[in-house]
Amino acid sequence: MTTIMPITITNTMLDDFLTRAALAGIGVSLATGPLGSFVVWRRMAYFGDATSHAAILGVALALATDLPVGLGTLVVALAMAATVSTLATKGWAMDTTLGVLAHSALAAGLVAVSFIPSVRTDLSAYLFGDILAVSRMDLAYIWGGAALVLGLLGWRWSALLTATLNPDLAHASGINPDRERLVLTLALAVVVAVAIKVVGALLIAAMLIIPAAAARGVTRTPEGMAGAASLIGALATIAGLWGSLRWDTPAGPSIIVAATFAFALSAAAARRV
Amino acid sequence: MTLIAAENLSVRMGHTDVLQGVTLSIKPAEIVTILGPNGSGKSTLLRALLGIVPPSSGRILRQAALRVGYVPQRLTIDRSLPMTVRRFLSLPTRCTDAAATAALLRVGLPGVETRQMADLSGGQFQRVLLARALLSDPQLLVLDEPTQGLDQPGEAAFYRLIAEVRETTGAAILMVSHDLHVVMAASDRVICLNGHICCEGTPRVVSNAPEYRALFGLGTQGALALYQHEHDHTHDHDHAHHDHEHHAG
Repeated sequence: MTTIMPITITNTMLDDFLTRAALAGIGVSLATGPLGSFVVWRRMAYFGDATSHAAILGVALALATDLPVGLGTLVVALAMAATVSTLATKGWAMDTTLGVLAHSALAAGLVAVSFIPSVRTDLSAYLFGDILAVSRMDLAYIWGGAALVLGLLGWRWSALLTATLNPDLAHASGINPDRERLVLTLALAVVVAVAIKVVGALLIAAMLIIPAAAARGVTRTPEGMAGAASLIGALATIAGLWGSLRWDTPAGPSIIVAATFAFALSAAAARRV
Repeated sequence: MTLIAAENLSVRMGHTDVLQGVTLSIKPAEIVTILGPNGSGKSTLLRALLGIVPPSSGRILRQAALRVGYVPQRLTIDRSLPMTVRRFLSLPTRCTDAAATAALLRVGLPGVETRQMADLSGGQFQRVLLARALLSDPQLLVLDEPTQGLDQPGEAAFYRLIAEVRETTGAAILMVSHDLHVVMAASDRVICLNGHICCEGTPRVVSNAPEYRALFGLGTQGALALYQHEHDHTHDHDHAHHDHEHHAG
């Protein structure tokens, strides 16, 4: 028995772009499972759209100012998430407001990107992800972000659930629903910043919602749903990558299509019960 | 000794004064009902007492470390959120299986732990909410229109349960209602609210107060008859006769 062996294996494993891609997708799934469940429970689907579309603007700003792309997306996603969250508490008509914000953020981002020739060429990498080009550095960044989100959600889990059920009930138990919403806002921005490389700005919201919706049909508790959503996301990643290689399809969208199959199966199973 | 009190409490929401100069106090083991028409500030008063909405003037006094159990007005659990009764009872504070079983038994719903909250009937749902509120061993139980959506027998059964909870735990009970009869019968004290306190006292005193009659109008006659009926144990009168009696009196 030697302790060097596993490390060597890991190293060789990480040399394989496909392994790195799978690990990146699984890392993102770990975070999107629980967070996506909250997005579904709180009916925040459009909220995820607005935040992830804003990430394109972040990419443009980061490249224009020579800052790391991850930092740019994080800051802009955070700003967008905070804006939406604030508007929600002020009683704006959320459906319309979010629609306006989501689409204008995307449009503004695309316009801004057009001024930066270097991005123009691989814009689709930011829109649809570039999971097959994930580097070791990216992997560390993705797993770090996922761990941060999981830690945040785990720490606030009970309070978040109570606030999701009913804000007054939370208040009466000494929980501040506004603070819990801030936790979700922060987690969403982090997920957007790390997931853009994997599935791209256009499909991050899909990665949040579809595995969680698929998990709903087959679970009985909130924790079960969050865990199942992560598992479904991870399996969809592997299936999507496999399909992408087999039929030469884009990897990010293939992962979402695989997740959609899981959703259809789960919906059919739930109907039969 | 007072568990919780409001002193000259006013609450303003936007440009509207929802509550003006409300003073009240709740003592241990009493059942107090706040009555008032829609928009009279009943729920706002509860929310202010619980610290959910800040007062614009006046103050709230709470006994130190007061344990409050709260049953909110409308709690709908979205179908997208899977939630067993057992899991719900542990939100946000985890309780033991034994405590959960005991709480469900007390509200007359033994063995529903594994049921989904969304599959419960209206009456069962309210009982589970009550069970959850009882788990913190509250000194004060606050219920906001707890029987909304229940039929009359369900409503009567729920108020009997509330009275029983007071007997066995000694908790004070503060509840809000806009239905008059059953709730009146179950209360020690009634506070009639319409932005300010119109009148208060025992159910009998309040039901005879002119302010109360002015606030609830003619519609209360039948309800009063029912209240009197339950309390005076008069037999087999029809409602028309009661109405007539009250008009005469």
